[in-house]
Amino acid sequence: MANRQATGYTLLFATAICIVCGILVSSFAVSLEDLQDENIALDKQKRVLEAVGLLQPGEPIDEAEVAERFAPIEPVLIDLASGEAVDGDTATFDQQRRARNPDTSTEAPDNLARVKRIPDRALLYEMRGDGGELETIVLPIEGLGLWGTLYGFLALDADTTTVHGITYYQHKETPGLGGEVDNPSWKEKWPGRRAFDDEGEVRLAVIKGFAGSAEEDPYEVDGLAGATITSNGVTNMLEFWLGENGFEPYLNRIRAEAN
Amino acid sequence: MAVKKSEAALDPLFNNNPIALQVLGICSALAVTTKMETSVVMCAAVIAVLTLSNLTISLLRHQIPNSIRIIVQLTVIASLVIVTDQILKAYVFEISKQLSVFVGLIITNCIIMGRAEAFAMQNPPSLAILDGIGNGIGYSAILMVTAFLRELFGSGKLYGYSVLPTVSEGGWYLPNGLMLLSPAAFFIIGGLIWALRVYKPAQVEMDG
Repeated sequence: MANRQATGYTLLFATAICIVCGILVSSFAVSLEDLQDENIALDKQKRVLEAVGLLQPGEPIDEAEVAERFAPIEPVLIDLASGEAVDGDTATFDQQRRARNPDTSTEAPDNLARVKRIPDRALLYEMRGDGGELETIVLPIEGLGLWGTLYGFLALDADTTTVHGITYYQHKETPGLGGEVDNPSWKEKWPGRRAFDDEGEVRLAVIKGFAGSAEEDPYEVDGLAGATITSNGVTNMLEFWLGENGFEPYLNRIRAEAN
Repeated sequence: MAVKKSEAALDPLFNNNPIALQVLGICSALAVTTKMETSVVMCAAVIAVLTLSNLTISLLRHQIPNSIRIIVQLTVIASLVIVTDQILKAYVFEISKQLSVFVGLIITNCIIMGRAEAFAMQNPPSLAILDGIGNGIGYSAILMVTAFLRELFGSGKLYGYSVLPTVSEGGWYLPNGLMLLSPAAFFIIGGLIWALRVYKPAQVEMDG
């Protein structure tokens, strides 16, 4: 047997272990990717349902049921700058990929949400009632928290101001601190708050400490204890995505159509 | 040092429990035990990783160069944990989301490296497997008892099914919110360690 203490043997052994483990990990990752992608897509749909209030947090629900409850919700592809609806395949639309591609995005001005590039198009959801009237709008939001970017949805009522709900489907925040953005009792604080003030400025913010009821403090939501940076991140991404670089043109169009 | 097969598998349950006596792996025991459902998945993941890592290390024990043995153990464990995480994401996505980083943190769970270094490096594969299963079950036993108590008294449920109807759902039971917070796990695990040491006084650490 080779000398186990020799440097050459040690190097050889280390290389062999790396190759074997590398192959093992990557083959699992590649072969399970399709299943995982399906799960991620389904999870995203569930978060949309949660934002519009068609699904209770933690409620067990299968794929068929998700599809059924999704019936009144229509994915809409819009041109972000004009707010107009455009044609396109909503099933394969990938906003993050679009934002990375220089051909389909523009550089964002300095912003607190640390969004670097703005995609030309965005996928949002419109929920309509039986008579076809707009009831709820679900906007995708993203922005930097403490450890990484949080991705989620903000649901607004048809008046484009009253918050219907907020959910996150992907983030890297610390469990128990910033990770509490997933806590159902925190999410319950959102419905009924107002995103814009009467002048049309984005006012909604996550504050430090406690906010009153939606009637008393319409523009404030309780901060997450021990997670100031995540809380600020949520505020910043609301400001960005509801503002002129985000969905303002779209929301203006909805307001104009309502009048 | 000759170890009997039955000892390798059964010792970690009461005599040498990884949590209660060795006081290892507490971090995940606090984090994932608010519900039995997440605990079961976590336990299965730990048992699988621990058994496979013990087996792999034991098979390689005569080949691993002494100077890099720790990093080799870590590489094997890390690979197994990533594979486990990928499988959970593919087949039990909801639960894997709730477990969040704690599956990945199995890598740093001292039980696994502890068993690899202390046991699998010196013993043949058959014993190493039994030791892995035994320690995994020893860890799981504490986790499941903790999760049982926390879910029952914290939310009036067991495995997601309502057992004690809570006031908010029209029943009579007022859930104990403390049970859902991490300190509750400390109290329960502390209580378990105390109970175990009353039953087996030999485990009491001597002052001195």
